[in-house]
Amino acid sequence: MRLCVLGAGAVGSAVVELAAEHGHVVTGFADSESAVVDADGIDADAVLSKKHADGVVGDGDPESVFDADYDVLVEATPTTLGDAEPGFSHVERALTDDRDVVLANKGPVAERYADLRALEAESEGTVQFEAAVGGAIPVLSTISDLGAPHVTAARGVLNGTANFVLSRMAAEGLDYEHVLAEAQDLGVAEADPTFDVDGIDAALKFVILANVLSDGETEYALDDAEVEGIRNVPGTALDLAAEDGRTVRLIGEATADGVRVAPRLIPQGSTLSVTGTQNIVQLETKHAGQLNISGRGAGGPETATAVLSDVSRLE
Amino acid sequence: MSEVRNDVQAYTLRLELVDEPGELLRSLQPIAEHGGNLLSIFHERGNVTPRGYIPVEVDIEATPDRFDNIVEGLSEAGINVIQAGTERYSERLTIILSGHLIETDLSDTLTQIEATRNATVTDISLSAPAGSIGVSSARLQLAAESGSTEAVLSAMRDITDEKDLQLVEPLTVGGRA
Repeated sequence: MRLCVLGAGAVGSAVVELAAEHGHVVTGFADSESAVVDADGIDADAVLSKKHADGVVGDGDPESVFDADYDVLVEATPTTLGDAEPGFSHVERALTDDRDVVLANKGPVAERYADLRALEAESEGTVQFEAAVGGAIPVLSTISDLGAPHVTAARGVLNGTANFVLSRMAAEGLDYEHVLAEAQDLGVAEADPTFDVDGIDAALKFVILANVLSDGETEYALDDAEVEGIRNVPGTALDLAAEDGRTVRLIGEATADGVRVAPRLIPQGSTLSVTGTQNIVQLETKHAGQLNISGRGAGGPETATAVLSDVSRLE
Repeated sequence: MSEVRNDVQAYTLRLELVDEPGELLRSLQPIAEHGGNLLSIFHERGNVTPRGYIPVEVDIEATPDRFDNIVEGLSEAGINVIQAGTERYSERLTIILSGHLIETDLSDTLTQIEATRNATVTDISLSAPAGSIGVSSARLQLAAESGSTEAVLSAMRDITDEKDLQLVEPLTVGGRA
């Protein structure tokens, strides 16, 4: 497949780097300021070196990537809330041109799910978004295999930063600020950790899951979710939990009652008490009990792997 | 069921008494007369219902037949039986509260939880490394009426919201929560 990749952050760059390994060719690649287009496939190493050295991927206008010959648009620009722009317009343009779309960007599927599905219905192209939920963990493809009506709920841990902070606090008896600073030094938390520690990133993923599970009956967006982060969970709370054989994790839920993300008490060593940056999703099924899938929920190569799996599904 | 009618079981009776001398003793007589074994009495003196009655909770042991006779005897004696049965508090749940627990009057917080009527606090552990000022945490074990977990947690949310406390709820579904 010929790919047009939008976004040159960790995920977009990893897609460009790994595409050939999966048998695909990148014909267009753009960041917010520049673009490179080559009908025979761009030189991944050269372009990524240029991005690293000069901060841009090429000399072209970013819009020029849409003129490239491509089969699949890979949308990996940063997630935005509300109107989900500019990601949504990128998707709209590709679908209008009857191309397929693979999203790593959570915005369009979390905030404008119905609009997106309406555009898809008018198009020859289809939209895939495995990478938007849980990085490398095959959550959506599992739900698709089971059939959304057979899955009654999804719950779990879908933010590695918050999980790292809580599990370090529990293991070391340290306070939130201390562990957050450590996470920032390690590159596990961003300089502005708001999205992660306030539960917004996890909520977006569970909103997407709720949209998929509801199968078009109810549309969810971030505003419909009940979201509580971990900033106000002190070390003493984790100590008291541990004394009682429990621990605290930022747990998300997508059920018939809606979407909720909050710090919750769970038994130590139970299925959902993953440690570090590990993620886990537990699917409640009608006839097959619980299914638990865990793995790396973030990271460039991990998320790019999910993107490229989606591309292969479109073949 | 007939083969187990002779098994002794624990029952909780929730009574409402008129605020007059001797009422508590009068309410216990039918229990003794019909062969009930008194386990505990929780007399909420000072906690008056909107209609002016005093709530009393009595835990007893009796066979099912004798228990039926006790409830009948109480009714005949004109005692208000609000609730009679086993497993009044059959669900246990653990929560953690964090924040300015002491400055926001922890004792009042506990009283408010008890006042929700469908839960009672059975255990509390407090961790306040900074003393009475600063952020502390408390782990509470609650015994809730059967099927009322969601109502209890909802009441807890209202209480903690009002006092600006962090509530960490248990995940009661899935896993082995």
